[in-house]
Formats: sequence, structure tokens, C-alpha cells
Amino acid sequence: MTESFLYLIQQLINGLTIGSTYALIAIGYTMVYGIIGMINFAHGEIYMIGSYVTFIVIAGLLGMGLVSLPIILIVALIVAVIIASTYGWTVERVAYRPLRGSNRLIPLISAIGMSIFLQNYVVLAQGSRDVALPPQITGGWTFGDPSVFEVSFSYMQALIWIATFATMSALTLFISRSRMGRACRACSEDLGMTNLLGIDTNRTIALTFIIGAALAAVAGLLLGLYYGVVNPFIGFIAGLKAFTAAVLGGIGSIPGAVLGGLILGVTEALTSAYFPSEYKDVVSFGLLVLILLFRPSGLLGKPEVEKV
Amino acid sequence: MLRIENVNTHYGPIQALHDVSVEVKQGEIVTLIGANGAGKTTLMMTICGDPQATSGKVVFDGEEITGQRTSDIMQKGLAIVPEGRRVFSGMTVEENLYMGSYHRSKAEAEKTAKHVLELFPRLEERYDQRAGTMSGGEQQMLAIGRAMMAKPRMILLDEPSLGLAPIIIQQIFDIIQKLRDEGVTIFLVEQNANQALRIADRGYVLENGRVVLEDSGDALLTNEAVRQAYLGG
Repeated sequence: MTESFLYLIQQLINGLTIGSTYALIAIGYTMVYGIIGMINFAHGEIYMIGSYVTFIVIAGLLGMGLVSLPIILIVALIVAVIIASTYGWTVERVAYRPLRGSNRLIPLISAIGMSIFLQNYVVLAQGSRDVALPPQITGGWTFGDPSVFEVSFSYMQALIWIATFATMSALTLFISRSRMGRACRACSEDLGMTNLLGIDTNRTIALTFIIGAALAAVAGLLLGLYYGVVNPFIGFIAGLKAFTAAVLGGIGSIPGAVLGGLILGVTEALTSAYFPSEYKDVVSFGLLVLILLFRPSGLLGKPEVEKV
Repeated sequence: MLRIENVNTHYGPIQALHDVSVEVKQGEIVTLIGANGAGKTTLMMTICGDPQATSGKVVFDGEEITGQRTSDIMQKGLAIVPEGRRVFSGMTVEENLYMGSYHRSKAEAEKTAKHVLELFPRLEERYDQRAGTMSGGEQQMLAIGRAMMAKPRMILLDEPSLGLAPIIIQQIFDIIQKLRDEGVTIFLVEQNANQALRIADRGYVLENGRVVLEDSGDALLTNEAVRQAYLGG
């Protein structure tokens, strides 16, 4: 195998790793949009909080002398999901529910306010500087001829792939099989009709925010461990990326969010591999502009049909 | 069973219903006829609390439901087959039906589902098919089936014959009568006044948001003004 081919494989591995975490965050955007037709601009901050909680829990458990990595990770995951879900639920209660039925721009602005508030709240509570955590999961597999190019697939990357796949499978099962999952789908098709069936749609909407936040927390944990660094501002750019992924795949469509996330991740990895890496964001947001121009409903999204 | 007393409903500054009073007694089929834009659908939706009446009272089964939340009202034994059917087009027939029985136990819902499928064999044939791929008549059957799944004591039907072929309309009206025979009270809104009045015990005529006439179904069928305005002379 030639060097350039192995190099490409390495970029694809890196791209799919980042892309799958974009997908996890993007699902939160797409589910909320699907149900209330609005973008949750505080969603990136929920991801950031998930990352912070992970760091605090891991540092705390290590400080207490706990050494079993699986237990540490599981506790961190549970705490991060619970806390992030609480924030997600609160965002809905504070920034969306009181404004239900008002002009669409108003909850948008309150969500941006919520995003700024959460960011600064974390700055005040945790400081604005980078917080680092030494790598917890080290090592990996390598393949290819070391004298040509060695492709590495780290255990951390494997964990990200497995964890995102498991989370998405669980979500798919929940949405397609469970009673509440069906109610979520019904709400995203026709909120008013679901209400007319005696289903409390406010609760379904809250549930959607909670699920989105839980997925963002999983992404926060994974990316936090992967990069080893957090700061209060990581939510902004991650949120924008995931939002791009959701629009790329077709906002409102869960498979679309996954596909969009993976495409975006791979595009970024390839751009920074073959061009100066400063072009990474130019290319991904350029992609967003192109999609909005030529296929506004996204890759898997349904085009808006005129209702008769 | 359902008493609407002096209800006024507004959409923003526009008043859609003026002092409307309607009563539907247990076991009756009552129909509300009127032209497009007379406020028929508004009245139906006001009963469901969406929109809320600006003044007046809606009483269901002795309980005042005005001002309550739609999702609460719809758990009291009242179900609606809304205008335009509004089935969940991306969901299968089965999933649509079970959305109607959201608050009931699985065992009870299965019993009702069996009954619904007996009444509508077409739905059984299409059981795993997505609702959006079905014909208008099949979707209407599904919307009625979905309403039945809640095992309601009263069903509100809003223009169930709209856009359907005459043979299907006949089937739908047969089913409505069958439902009444099973003890379900029916409040039926129709533009198809002829057919609606034929199966109705009583009827109301709504014009520009006001009830202008109220009588038995037969009397309205022979009423000169009604014949002129709604039955094509």
C-alpha cells in the first residue's frame, strides 16, 4: 500500500471520529427543530457543560484515589448526562415554554441570551482559562508498514466510535419502538393533532430537549477526553459545527444529522490534511452556504410541501 | 352530554363565533351545517380548547371544560376526527391507531383495535403501511379509527366526507350510525348537509358565526330556507 493511500485512511479515521461526535450534538438540534420548528441556540453550551462535568468528576474521582478507569468513565457519564439534561430541561422551561405561540424570532433571541448566560456562568464558576486533563485512555492499534506510513487507530477513537454507535442505536430504538418515542414523532409531524389526542405535548417537547442534552453530554464527555482540554467557549464553535451538520443532512431528520455530522467531520479532516489547516472552517461553512443555496432542505430532509 | 352556552371565540381581533349555544344529548347524532367560513371548525376546536372561548361556557358530562388545556379536555371521553383528517403520514396505520389510545393500557387498546379493524377491513390490509401513502378515504377511516381507540363516549367529526368519492362517503356515514348504535354520541360538522341531516336526530345551522336555526334533522331537510341555501333548492 502506498503512503498516500495510508495517509488517506488515517484522515478518514480521524474525520469519522470527530464527525460522529458532531452527529451526536447535531441530533439535539434536529430533534428540537423537528418538534417546535426552532433552533436551540443554547445547545452548544449544554455540550460544553457536559465536558466540564466530565472533567470535574474524573478529577474528583482520581483525587479520591479511585483507579478503575471503567468505573470512573461510567460515573462521569452518568453525572454528565444527568446534569446536562437538567440544563437542557431548564433551557426549555426558561427560554422557550413561556414564549410558546409568540413570534418565532422571540424564543430565538431568548435562546441566544441563554447561551451567553451559560457561557459566562461557567466563566465565573470555573474561570475562562483552558482546563486540561491528562489522557485517560492511551494506546491503540497501528497498521501499515512503519517505513512507509503507519496508520494509528487509538483506543480513544475506538471508544468514540463504539459509544456514538451505541447511543444512536439506543435513540433509534427509543424513537421507533417506545410509546414516548412515538409521541415524539407524532409531535414533530403535527403538534396540534397530538395535543388533540390528549397527549401533553409540553411534556414531549421537554423530553426532546432532555434527550438532545443527554446526547450532547455524551459528546462532551467523548470530545473532552479526546482533546484533553476544555474552556467555556468550546460550545460556540462545536454548536456551529453541529448545526451545520444538521442543516447539511436535512434539519428535522435524525439520520440526516448523523450523515451530516460524518460528512462534515471527514471534510474537515481531509481539508486540514491536504490544505493549510486554517482552511478547515472555511470549507465546512462554505459547504453550509452551498447546501443552503442549492439544496435548502439538506441531503435527507423533506422539501417543504405546500399544504392544501 | 355536551352543552355549549353563549360561546364567543375570537382569532385576534376577528370574532369567529357570536353567542353560540348548542346542545348534544347522550346517544344523539347532532349535526352542524353551514357554508364555508361560517365558523363550524372554529366551534369544534373551541370545544377542544384550541382556541379557547373568549366568553361563554362549554360543559361536557356535567363538568365545565372551558379554559382547560386541550390535552386535559381530550382525556375526558371526548375524541375528534379533525378537518383534513390529520393522520400522521410518516407513521404506519398501526402506530397511528395506537397514538389514539396513548393513555390506555396495551391490553385494552388491543381489544379496541380489533374492533376498529373489524369495522374497517381496509385498515387491516394496510396495517403496516405508512398513512401518507394511503388514499383519502382510507386516511379518513384511519382518522375515525384513531378517534375510536380512545374509547370515547363522544366523537366530534369535522367534515368527514370532504373530498371523498360518493361510495366512500356512504361507507363513512354508515360507520357513523354504527358508532351511535354502539352508544357513542356524535357531533357532526358537515358541508354535505343532505347526507348529514338524514342521519342526524337534530341539526343546527350556523351562519357567519351565529346559530340561525335549530330543529330536528327531518324538519331541517324539509325547511324551505335550508333547502334553498344548503341542499341545492
